[in-house]
Amino acid sequence: MDYAIEAEGLRKRFGDTQALDGVDLAARRGTVLGVLGPNGAGKTTAVRILATLIQADAGSARINGIDVAREPAKVRETIGLTGQYASVDELLTGEQNLTMIGQLLNLSGKRAKARAHELLEWFDLTDAAKRPAKTYSGGMRRRLDLAASLVGRPSVIFLDEPTTGLDPSKREDMWGVVRSLVHDGSTVLLTTQYLEEADALADEITVINHGSVIAHDTPSGLKRVVGGQRLTVRPVDPDRLDETATIIGDLAGTRAEHTGRGVVSVPVAGDEVLGDAIYRLNEANIAVTELSLHLPSLDEVFFTLTGRTENPQEVLA
Amino acid sequence: MSALALPRHSLVLAKRNLIGVTRNPEALLDVTFQPVIFLALFTYIFGGALAGGSQQDYLQFLLPGVLAQMVAFASVSIGVNLNTDIEKGVFDRFRSLPISRAAPLVGAVFADIVRYVLMCAVTIGFGYAIGFRAETSPLEVLAAAGIVIAFALCLSWASVFIGTIARTPGAVQGIVLLTMFPLTFGTSTFVPTSTMPDWLQTFTDVNPLTHLIGVLRALMLGDPMGNHLLWTLVSMAVLLVVFVPLALRSYGRRA
Repeated sequence: MDYAIEAEGLRKRFGDTQALDGVDLAARRGTVLGVLGPNGAGKTTAVRILATLIQADAGSARINGIDVAREPAKVRETIGLTGQYASVDELLTGEQNLTMIGQLLNLSGKRAKARAHELLEWFDLTDAAKRPAKTYSGGMRRRLDLAASLVGRPSVIFLDEPTTGLDPSKREDMWGVVRSLVHDGSTVLLTTQYLEEADALADEITVINHGSVIAHDTPSGLKRVVGGQRLTVRPVDPDRLDETATIIGDLAGTRAEHTGRGVVSVPVAGDEVLGDAIYRLNEANIAVTELSLHLPSLDEVFFTLTGRTENPQEVLA
Repeated sequence: MSALALPRHSLVLAKRNLIGVTRNPEALLDVTFQPVIFLALFTYIFGGALAGGSQQDYLQFLLPGVLAQMVAFASVSIGVNLNTDIEKGVFDRFRSLPISRAAPLVGAVFADIVRYVLMCAVTIGFGYAIGFRAETSPLEVLAAAGIVIAFALCLSWASVFIGTIARTPGAVQGIVLLTMFPLTFGTSTFVPTSTMPDWLQTFTDVNPLTHLIGVLRALMLGDPMGNHLLWTLVSMAVLLVVFVPLALRSYGRRA
């Protein structure tokens, strides 16, 4: 099969910490590989090795078939990197940042500027083009940073936690960008702590924890690991949420949980409850905007895989 | 990658540093306000006592020395700025691009030329305003400024190296300044070295700044050149040979 990103047995130690302890990664061309794990799992270290910023202690990796340790300069011609924190020059304007990258990629001054304007427009930064990046909001900086990594039209793009710290609407904008990149044929490796994000974007997900891969599968394959289904309902009128919860709780024979704003859900044994749920809600005259029977969320998958029952960030803190 | 890629990329990155300076003019205080302060301070406070009553005579003696001292002090900022760039992740971007790893460092050194030109102009200009008069031709004064700038660029690489190995910008500042103090005072900047004890003269004789100041006094005051120029060129070469490879290596390896 045609892989744009391949890595086997990556190991890296920093002092007393074994950041990576034999990690394999693979992404087929034109797909999104989600690398999922809590803080300190080794995600960033893996990205830095693949993007030729640091060398692995052991193992090998290839980008578009080119070895990252043996021919790093060649690898750099085909990759784009967006770091965990936006690495734009704060004193330069958005336009100057992008033009500079274009010139470093050997575009003429004029073509570098044209490319910069193209990207500024795509990332909705045209109005802010002439302002120093330090005046940008967090979301704008992230967009500029991502734009900077796309100046050279890389075929493989590394996004290291691209939405950490962004508010939900900005996060979805970023998701749209990732989807359009893949649509244009790029391969994306995306690290994230948001299980929802990996689920929304990735074709395949590698879950890593303490420097080791603990699972690799498609999003739905991963969900199948934990099994079971959930019924989720979102009534049109949020005031009728408790009433809705009582109805579906009765059906499932257990208490319904509030799993999000305006949403209640219950674990169910099978799909036969779906018809009953529609009937009972209809009878109670509760209109719904969402009613779904689905596999467990990736959060639950992750907790099952790592044997943790708490929020992974709290455990680490 | 063509042979011209490194200088071209370095110029692009030098431009970035210069834009940074225009947005942050206080970054130029060390090459503008600082020489003015030192000239004024030493001329008017110590000058009378040191030169037997004539502040004017002392200013003649002092100015070439202050030029050399300011070179040493101004070299701190390049290391601090590089360290900040590394810390902020800006250099991660450069390191992921298909450009020479040397380009960001060479670019920063290129941009420093502007700072040192400014430093020479301010020091000599202010010196003239308070009564300094070169005793040689304008061409020789220009040559003195040229040597100052060339020496500064060589010394910058030591600061660049510290910038790539130190953990924080504050540490860079501490290390570089601590090195520069004995170098700038253990020389003939403020008093002739013949007034110092023998053991200290052993140090001042090998201190590269002593020879740089010797060259400057020869070019600006018509003092005998002796072998000062030779030793200045040797120390510039040594700085480059030692610190350029060290800086490139530690920058390339920095995780």
